Amino acid sequence: MLALIPPVIIGVVDIAAAFLFMFGLKRMSSPVTAPSGIRYAGFGMIAAILASFLYVFSVNAGARPHLLVNIGLAVVALVVGGSLAWLSGKRAAVTAMPQMVALYNGMGGGAAGAIAAVELFGGRAHGPTALIVTLAGALIGAVSLSGSVIAWAKLDGVLKHPLRVKGLQIVNAAVMAVIVAVGAVIVVSVMTTFNIVMAPELWIYVFFGLALVFGVLMTLPIGGADMPVVISIYNACTGLAVGLEGYVLQIPALMIAGMMVGAAGLLLTLLMAKAMNRSVANVLFTKFGDEPKVAKGAIKGELKPTEASDAGVFMRYAASVIIVPGYGLAAAQAQGKLYEFVKLLVASGVSVKFAIHPVAGRMPGQMDVLLAEAGVPYDMIFQLDDINDDFKTTDVALVIGANDVVNPAARSDKSSPIYGMPILNADQARQVYVVKRGQGKGYADIVNALFYADNCNMVYGDAQAVLIKMIEAVRGLTSAAA
Amino acid sequence: MTHDIVMGGFTGLYIFMLAAFTGWVIIGRVPAILHTPLMSGSNFVHGVVVVGGLAALLNASTPLQQGIGFVAVLLGAGNAAGGYAVTERMLAMFHTSQVQASAHKPHSGRHAKHPKKS
Repeated sequence: MLALIPPVIIGVVDIAAAFLFMFGLKRMSSPVTAPSGIRYAGFGMIAAILASFLYVFSVNAGARPHLLVNIGLAVVALVVGGSLAWLSGKRAAVTAMPQMVALYNGMGGGAAGAIAAVELFGGRAHGPTALIVTLAGALIGAVSLSGSVIAWAKLDGVLKHPLRVKGLQIVNAAVMAVIVAVGAVIVVSVMTTFNIVMAPELWIYVFFGLALVFGVLMTLPIGGADMPVVISIYNACTGLAVGLEGYVLQIPALMIAGMMVGAAGLLLTLLMAKAMNRSVANVLFTKFGDEPKVAKGAIKGELKPTEASDAGVFMRYAASVIIVPGYGLAAAQAQGKLYEFVKLLVASGVSVKFAIHPVAGRMPGQMDVLLAEAGVPYDMIFQLDDINDDFKTTDVALVIGANDVVNPAARSDKSSPIYGMPILNADQARQVYVVKRGQGKGYADIVNALFYADNCNMVYGDAQAVLIKMIEAVRGLTSAAA
Repeated sequence: MTHDIVMGGFTGLYIFMLAAFTGWVIIGRVPAILHTPLMSGSNFVHGVVVVGGLAALLNASTPLQQGIGFVAVLLGAGNAAGGYAVTERMLAMFHTSQVQASAHKPHSGRHAKHPKKS
């Protein structure tokens, strides 16, 4: 009778945890309730982890002699893994958050793959269904691990250039075919206890090795600008892998959480791809921005540099300003200075709004987080569809460190690789200032006709330095007047 | 592990279907401004894989299984703790201009209970 108690406790706690995950994610759908949402989910997580120690009462016979060692290992792994990741998450700069998410996501994928490995080596997966599900979870988890690590390296600047080798896609397809074949060999040889060329254990090593290699090969050719989509895909993949391993382990909480995240990640991926007017397959398999593209019919006009202080004063006397931030703002860590400048403008009676493109930055919504960190209230921040019609009635569009998301070629030039992508209509403002480090092109390596337009002036320099000059110029006016 | 109810393939498919639908619906209504915290938050949720890692590690019977199980728990715990830390920090930064007037401390992410220490 007593033996029934632990499974019942685990069952009840896991149901509560699954509910808290759903409820928590639901509460995250509004900025007002979001902070409490993550806390609900966090509470569910602690409860589920604590309850899982009750598994000690129902371990299988083979593990009983090792139980004390296993408990010790579990506690050490929880404390070490948990505290290291906790500290890194707390210390990471806000601009580094995309790569931190990629890293933690890779860890989850790795954990799912490792669970699959334990089940396979332990011979606990019986029957073809359980074996196939285990292997599928192992494959997806391992690909998610190595792919996320590559994504992290790209975002962190460890890997600078996408690796593009001709025929890589054929190699990838071949590797995938071999992985599926090896998986089939494992299923058959475990089911029939008949060694095909070598013992099934060795085939399992081959399977994991190839899956990890596939994740690397898959991610290497994808450019840094597409990393948001890639992280989102791997997030969905890890969820799927966790769900599948949850089925193998017969833990419904894992199945629910994993599959929920899998579906959510898939939807998010599709939304992002749609925002770039590209299909997910196009992101994954097309060599985007491979050759420098020059728009047909040479761009008219010339680049007209101007001083930061002149631009700052001009905006001070404008009636309305829309600011278009991009990755350059994050790279220069200039969000605080930007908001300082905005506060000066607002105090002078200028109407200021922020316009966020769905794929600005290196992660969907990265600009929203960046501005939030600086203290910008979110009711000043507008998304593409809500603000795009306002540009033509606006005095000044200030583009900071953004490029492709304001390139009019997306509207008009069919030969441009970004043709069809919805863009922010910054060019329709009466005056456009573009803050840019130098004359280089954007991430997609496309010449931007906006910069050559008659109503556009370039302000060269690091975004932080430029904004400091603008702030000084506007302050100078106020003190001179006083 | 002994379970008195063993989940069949079809029960599993039903769970997967309902969970996938839930995730799809919940995320479909999240405003774009919250996409990054949401991705991070869902990243945290699949950190529940650590529970599976614990189940696998506690049932390990050879040094190889113990080693891999240890890695599973280590990585899973990292996923959960890191995902929580990053998400909480991001969400603590969001506020409206009304709230801002009274208390404006962008860096003071309130520290909720430590989610990992057991």
